[in-house]
Amino acid sequence: MKLEGRKIYKGIAEAEAIVTRDGISFYGGVDPDTGIVVEIGHELEGQSITGKVLVFPTGKGSTVGSYTMYRMKKNNMAPVAIVNEEIDTIIAVGCIISEIPCVDKINIKNIKTGQKVLVNGSEGIVEVK
Amino acid sequence: MRLEQIEKDMLDGKHGKSAQKSMEILTTLGEIFGAECMVDVHGVQIAGVSYANLGEAGLEFLNEMAEDGKVRVLTTLNPAGMDRENWRALGIDEEFYKNQNRAIDVFAKMGIITTCSCTPYLIGNAPHYGQHIAWAESSAVCYSNSVIGARTNREGGPSALAAALTGKTPKYGYHLDENRHSQVLFKINASVKSTDEFGVLGKLIGDKLVELGKKVPYIVGIPSATVEELKSFCASVATYGGTALFHMEGITPEYNKYPKPSEIVIEINQDDLDITRADLIDDDLEIDFVSLGCPHASIHEIAKIAKLLEGKKVKKEFWITTARPTKRIADEAGYSKIIEDAGAKFAADTCCVVAPIKGRFKGIMVDSAKACYYGRAKNKFKVKIGSMEQCVEEALK
Repeated sequence: MKLEGRKIYKGIAEAEAIVTRDGISFYGGVDPDTGIVVEIGHELEGQSITGKVLVFPTGKGSTVGSYTMYRMKKNNMAPVAIVNEEIDTIIAVGCIISEIPCVDKINIKNIKTGQKVLVNGSEGIVEVK
Repeated sequence: MRLEQIEKDMLDGKHGKSAQKSMEILTTLGEIFGAECMVDVHGVQIAGVSYANLGEAGLEFLNEMAEDGKVRVLTTLNPAGMDRENWRALGIDEEFYKNQNRAIDVFAKMGIITTCSCTPYLIGNAPHYGQHIAWAESSAVCYSNSVIGARTNREGGPSALAAALTGKTPKYGYHLDENRHSQVLFKINASVKSTDEFGVLGKLIGDKLVELGKKVPYIVGIPSATVEELKSFCASVATYGGTALFHMEGITPEYNKYPKPSEIVIEINQDDLDITRADLIDDDLEIDFVSLGCPHASIHEIAKIAKLLEGKKVKKEFWITTARPTKRIADEAGYSKIIEDAGAKFAADTCCVVAPIKGRFKGIMVDSAKACYYGRAKNKFKVKIGSMEQCVEEALK
């Protein structure tokens, strides 16, 4: 299935998807050294987002979150791509400075955890395999 | 987005790596928010300066940008996590001191003036009416948009830095006339004076705006307001309402530029203000810390504090947070000596919001509604709001 969205940051990546209906705050909500979601009560609490295509509605929390994403990338702990329903400034800036392919304006109900997903950030296309 | 030649060249990397990365940030944000083009900015204010917020991740990014990045416009910094001279007396440890200086040094390397203040408009980064700027620091954004009539969106640390390194920002949001109209009319049927009362009003209006899902308020019934009262109001309404712009009849420069809203009208009476004030005073309160200067104290406020403290001794930890240049004026005028002889401490370059003081005190008394919010949420203190005079009185008790 091919989903057309909006390109946020360029690049192509393919990996297993991890999907949540909860917003994500990278600052305080994700451990940048382990890639594990640590926000208490979060749908993904205790799960790793490292090396995955991370699919969630939108970002939340402090603008410092952009820096946390950069830190994860430097630690090789970042997701390989991000898919959002509606991007916010924190995630957009985080993807740009960390060079993580990113597409938004995608109906994320079409993607399930564990599916293989190809994200083409340069074209704004997400392919569910 | 329609880009000028120089903007395209920056995006293509012809002006170096940091200008390229900056232009990537700005064009992406422009596309997201529907900007048609960029606009030249006349000044930048950068937030995310405290090492406590930046951490190694932020510092690493700044170092990368500083490899070939130089600011193209006047750029100043938000408060840091410590007083750069008096840090030891304020209980900051050696390791934090070193890390904080690493951050400030990398900003300086890019040509940023490291004044470390949330009131850039009081210390030389002062835009005039109608100028486009790119400011972070929510209280200063609100002040520059509303009180000065300059134009800025609420920038974050990286997007403000990107604007500084390119001299550009995407033209959307508050840069455009169409988004500067107000949507809710607030009628104030009570007398509001002094910084704490303006802070209480800011919380009341901010909370209401969040409830209504609206952004820009129009306020009537305030006959006069000082710079200090307005800066307190801005800090509060921005903290509680996320407000970046308001119009105040007879006070702010754009109050009669756009139509007055008539669809949603909210009356505010003394009772409403009293209820909101009670929200800013915790139960079972034991005050062991008093702090004035949120946002950073003006020289006028410092003069008043000096007068209140002259010949007296404080019995509680008492900080006056301000910008370094303002502190220098206070030194020359003799106010600093009076204040320090009374046992109060200056905390320049920093403030009680960003300094790493979580859990160090039980209860804080302030004249700022913004300081109440962060005192509770970030530092886990109990809080009490009062006038500047009441705060000084408490410190002397």
